Amino acid sequence: MELKSTVDRRRGTAAMDGRERGASLFLKKLKKSWQLYVLMSLPFLYLIVFKYVPMYGAQIAFKNFVVTKGIWGSDWVGLKHFERFVTSYDFMRILRNTLVLSFYNLVASFPFPILLALGLNYLRSTSYRKAVQLVTYAPHFISIVVVVGIIKELLDPRIGIVNKIIGFLGFEPINFMGEINLFSSIYVWSDVWQHAGFNCIIFIAALASIDPALHEAAVVDGASKLRRVWHIDLPGIMPMAVILLILNTGHILDVGFEKVLLLQNPINLKASEIIDTYVYKVGLTAQVANYSYSTAIGLFKSIINLILLLTVNKLAQKTRQASLW
Amino acid sequence: MNLSLRHESWTDKLFTLANGVFITLLFLSVLYPILYIISASFSDSQAVVSGEVWLWPVRPSLEGYTAVFEYNQVWTGFRNSFIYTSLGTAINVAVTVLAAYPLSRRDFFGKNVFMILFMFTTMFTGGLIPNYLLVRELGMLDTVWSMVLPTALTVWNVIITRTYFQMSIPHELLEAAQLDGCNDFQFFWKIVIRLSGPILAVITLYYAAANWNQYFNAMIYLKTQDMYPLQLVLKDILVQNDVDVAMLSGDPLDAARREALKTLLKYSLIVISTVPLMVVYPFIQKYLVKGVMIGSLKG
Repeated sequence: MELKSTVDRRRGTAAMDGRERGASLFLKKLKKSWQLYVLMSLPFLYLIVFKYVPMYGAQIAFKNFVVTKGIWGSDWVGLKHFERFVTSYDFMRILRNTLVLSFYNLVASFPFPILLALGLNYLRSTSYRKAVQLVTYAPHFISIVVVVGIIKELLDPRIGIVNKIIGFLGFEPINFMGEINLFSSIYVWSDVWQHAGFNCIIFIAALASIDPALHEAAVVDGASKLRRVWHIDLPGIMPMAVILLILNTGHILDVGFEKVLLLQNPINLKASEIIDTYVYKVGLTAQVANYSYSTAIGLFKSIINLILLLTVNKLAQKTRQASLW
Repeated sequence: MNLSLRHESWTDKLFTLANGVFITLLFLSVLYPILYIISASFSDSQAVVSGEVWLWPVRPSLEGYTAVFEYNQVWTGFRNSFIYTSLGTAINVAVTVLAAYPLSRRDFFGKNVFMILFMFTTMFTGGLIPNYLLVRELGMLDTVWSMVLPTALTVWNVIITRTYFQMSIPHELLEAAQLDGCNDFQFFWKIVIRLSGPILAVITLYYAAANWNQYFNAMIYLKTQDMYPLQLVLKDILVQNDVDVAMLSGDPLDAARREALKTLLKYSLIVISTVPLMVVYPFIQKYLVKGVMIGSLKG
């Protein structure tokens, strides 16, 4: 009995010591890094104020936000706004538009950077390669506003060069911006035009990291260039391509909404209204701005996005492990 | 590539030819719109609207550029964009480096917690309205701060900067400096910053391009026209087709000529607004590429 209690007591003190030691070790570690915390303080403050405070503010999605009552003081209404959105007349159309635009973009923009990288890799003339790279990367840095301006000018039904060419070939001019079915193609192919060059950089890097001995051996064995592309280059860049593809599916609801917003007009609205532009309109440009409803729609998207991203990241990790060897 | 110079089979020759054609097609389809816009901007306004311009300027004139020069809003926009971009980028780079260095130190206690805090914001955000309410609550609506503070840092840039530090500043260097009595502040200021030229170039460019091209925040946060950045002015003219005709010179009664000048003004504006980036771009291209490479390491 007595013995046991002594042991207990000893154990107790040992545990206490451990905890104390743990606590002091914790403080010591904190102290050792204190200057690093000072460096981190400004970015940390930014993160809290401009990223985490809005997350706290997102609770108005579950409330009837009234400016005078503030975020915390407004009344809870549960899932009312979410229900309203999901059952609204616009819901299916907006979701469909978002997904169509996103998948179309994902599929159309996938092969071009890879093909461009492979092609550049087999160009004989270095100076031509440099010129192609310089020009194809450049549009990436043109602003969205200017790109949309370019699209509108070039596709103009009356004076745009595209319709001049169509007319020159003997066809009727097409009113591109006034054709509801063409909206997604305009969005997607202008995106390919703008970003395919820059997006091929990563594949050029992947190609450069392929062991040259593989190519030498293949040449000795009499493999043609096409065969080398197929059996050496493509397998070499596939892991990167697969990972990028997987990661991009995690952003399937994030269509480049700043561009969509600029491309919208009353005619194509039926095909061009996506979740993000809808959030903007409901929340900031509507006659009666509805903050709570808009926030709920945004949150709906954010939550689906988060789930997708986490799933997809898991998948990417698995692929990466599998593709390392 | 010496390999390919030896005797070539006909299939390889065919491949090389097909490849050359393919790349040239892609090259031209990217190049042609750019070339056309530049040529159009230097042409006569009538030549542009009547479709005489195909590749090279027709009846070269500076009409469009004169119109742009007389368009006051454009110059206010340029000035504002310049202010927002330089101030914004300075803040961006400072905050990013301050965040990236501690995260690059393996002995930084709590590193993983901070990392999770950063990464989480890339996966989940409060959304448009909560951000807007915050900026309004902070009294930053319609001030220069609304242009530079809400976007003070991009997690992606923090990650590439951190990766660069991890690769280029060995832990042994820190240990050696610590033996000499160097503390973290001194090491950061005297060694890390001095060694980080290339990565500073990369993130400065990324941030500057993003700040210069940004229009959405300006659209929702700014009300005063005189504070509009260039992109917002461009949006009115290029996208909304909202040209202040009073700014255009020439006979105000000649409607057809004015319409033509309006079109030409747009082409010239596209060129002028993109020139600042395009002039520096060829010199900085290698840094941009470097940024992508570093990013792919830990992507």
